[in-house]
Amino acid sequence: MSAISTRPREQAAPRRPAPRIRPPWWRSRGLKGIGYTLPTALVVIVLFLVPLALVFWMSLNRWPLLGSPTLNAPDNYTRIQDNPLFVDSILFTLKYTVLVTIMLLVIAFGLALLVQERRPGVGFFRTTYLLPSGVGFAAAALLFYGLYSNEIGPLDGILRGIGLIDEPIAWTGTPNTALFSTIALVIWRFAGFQMLILLTGLQSIPLELYEAARVDGASRWQAFRRITVPLMRPTLALLLVLSITGSLLAFDQFFILTQGQPDNSTITMVMVIYREAFFRFNLGSAAALSVVVLIVLVALNVLQLRILRHDRTESEPS
Amino acid sequence: MGRVAPGRARPLRLTIASLVVAMILSSCGGGGGGSGDESTGKAADTGATITMWTRSATEAASRRLVDKYNATHKNQVKLTPIPTDNYQPRIAAAAGAKNLPDVFAADVIFMPQYTSKGLFLDITDRIDALPFKDHLAPSHIELGTYQGRKYGLPHTLDLSVLFYNKVLYEKAGLDPEKPPTTLKEFADHARTIREKVGGDVYGTFWGGSCGGCYVFTYWPSIWAGGGEVMNKDGSQSTIDSPQSVAVFNTYNQLWHEGVVPASAKDERGPTWTGVFPKGTIGVMPMPSTTLGAMPDNAKVKVGVAPIPGPDGGESTFVGGDSIGISATSKQPDQAWDFISWTVSDEAQVEVLAKNKDVLARPDLANNKYSKEDPRVVLINEMVGKGRTPYALNFGQTYNDPNGPWIPVARDAVFGPDAAKALKDGAPKITESLGQS
Repeated sequence: MSAISTRPREQAAPRRPAPRIRPPWWRSRGLKGIGYTLPTALVVIVLFLVPLALVFWMSLNRWPLLGSPTLNAPDNYTRIQDNPLFVDSILFTLKYTVLVTIMLLVIAFGLALLVQERRPGVGFFRTTYLLPSGVGFAAAALLFYGLYSNEIGPLDGILRGIGLIDEPIAWTGTPNTALFSTIALVIWRFAGFQMLILLTGLQSIPLELYEAARVDGASRWQAFRRITVPLMRPTLALLLVLSITGSLLAFDQFFILTQGQPDNSTITMVMVIYREAFFRFNLGSAAALSVVVLIVLVALNVLQLRILRHDRTESEPS
Repeated sequence: MGRVAPGRARPLRLTIASLVVAMILSSCGGGGGGSGDESTGKAADTGATITMWTRSATEAASRRLVDKYNATHKNQVKLTPIPTDNYQPRIAAAAGAKNLPDVFAADVIFMPQYTSKGLFLDITDRIDALPFKDHLAPSHIELGTYQGRKYGLPHTLDLSVLFYNKVLYEKAGLDPEKPPTTLKEFADHARTIREKVGGDVYGTFWGGSCGGCYVFTYWPSIWAGGGEVMNKDGSQSTIDSPQSVAVFNTYNQLWHEGVVPASAKDERGPTWTGVFPKGTIGVMPMPSTTLGAMPDNAKVKVGVAPIPGPDGGESTFVGGDSIGISATSKQPDQAWDFISWTVSDEAQVEVLAKNKDVLARPDLANNKYSKEDPRVVLINEMVGKGRTPYALNFGQTYNDPNGPWIPVARDAVFGPDAAKALKDGAPKITESLGQS
């Protein structure tokens, strides 16, 4: 590039054509800016704002899957409180989100610390932990469905074979086993991915800091608390946001593995939306629920970002 | 902060992405209403390409029919199987966009919903002109009829019948040629097998968390006993009738006596038919379409019998698919040429009977292929004796895993008091049936 740019083009071509006279609007920075942002803006408008407006419009109508819509505002919103499944699903989704976010982060952090340093064989373990991330989530859920099955799955047989259990375990038979069996699936599927992100964060911490701490007599635990955790805060914050929003929108894992059972104890908010749309054919009601979930998500994210901003302000040197 | 910012957009994008999909599907749902225009043009084999959709659950039989038709006709049918769980939304979206294929099959229990929304072409006169019109599977014809007009033909049939393992019957000292003729006998046989054989072998099995399985396997016993599960227009549940209580009580006792594997309670459907072929179940209601896949070895020899009522009688749930011409098809004559051929003697005997499938025409039950296996003859004869329940809100009431039916059925079977569970549950089911 440098060779090309330093070539004296002017000498090679002494007769330059007269500069084109461009209209004044061409020189306007504002208009140019609009020109550059227009493609992205169009994508956002077509794929984001228009559907959002349409969903809001749908939520104001009685909109059957088959048939013509009729305006019924605000019935779809006022009837939400009469939908016991949705009310229960909010509590369940929150419970799941808290549990899975904490467990996933702790396990992924542990894995990242285990494979942080370059040692013989570490590459193998890094790859092994990451491999489940290559399996589609729905496929992983089906895989676990088979594993947990008392009739076709090998898990019970193995555990009985090594004498850990006498009777088959109903892996998804009670509300608690169903929840934790699903969490196990999610951890298996996502821990490796979170480990990878944490690993990049860990490796961006300068080794000199640890060396200096060691020289000053800091123990490993002190180094972890005073160096690793504070410097990993942005990475942890990113994972927290991803994990919380992803968990609040949980669908595939429960839809396939538990179908909301036993006794409707594992229904998430998105499952209720799906049920309204595709079992009850009431798209208006589903749209109203979607709008509510959207508002909750936006509020939660604003809250999270405020807390993180606050943390950063505190940690900055005065 | 900058690194966190993309995360903020993610939930919105995820939500919106799912909403966009819902929107696209839903915005197409504005059509419908009214019946398709009737066309009475003659059948035509003109070399046209006929598009057809079917659900994956019944694809195999559809595929056999399509292959044979394509091999013997100028018209060519292009079959697209769609995952069963996505079939309803796909049909709805295509209907709204007036983009349905020429021909599509539908789970027979959803036919009332589709015919009432005008998705199918009125083919009353075409069906009435068929020489064998009175011999078509009556349940399928009934559910494909809306306000006196006919919209569908029977396509694939799946019946519920008792499968019993003759090997286990012999081991338990029961006569392998005498299957149960009452539900009480059925329970006694199951108990005997559990007691006499024991170990990993149990008396019976069912899908304890599968709404469709309960409907498919329990309801025939209620009908055989003279009971009803709903009123005629499918708007009110009568699941607390004495016949129904008797049926649920029988299964309730079997559960509490340990005659059923513990895994039955959590069986949600996908694997419920995979237990019997392992040779560990004595007798249980099964889908007839699985007969061809049953093993015949030292552990399993399958006998077939009708599902009995508490004190006798017999019935079956006639499931499967109906097929019709979409209201928006531009080549209804060619489409009719295909679907009318599927119920012809040739297709029924040389394609379906040859493969041991259940026939859409009970009058052909005794044919050169089925005579080789009396079990197939029995299944085919049950078509005329069976029922297919009618309700506009069938899916959301009985098939929806989070609908009202599964908790009621589970409480009746696994709880302490079947009669009370059914009495308390009937109003909830009625409420769902009546929702507009």
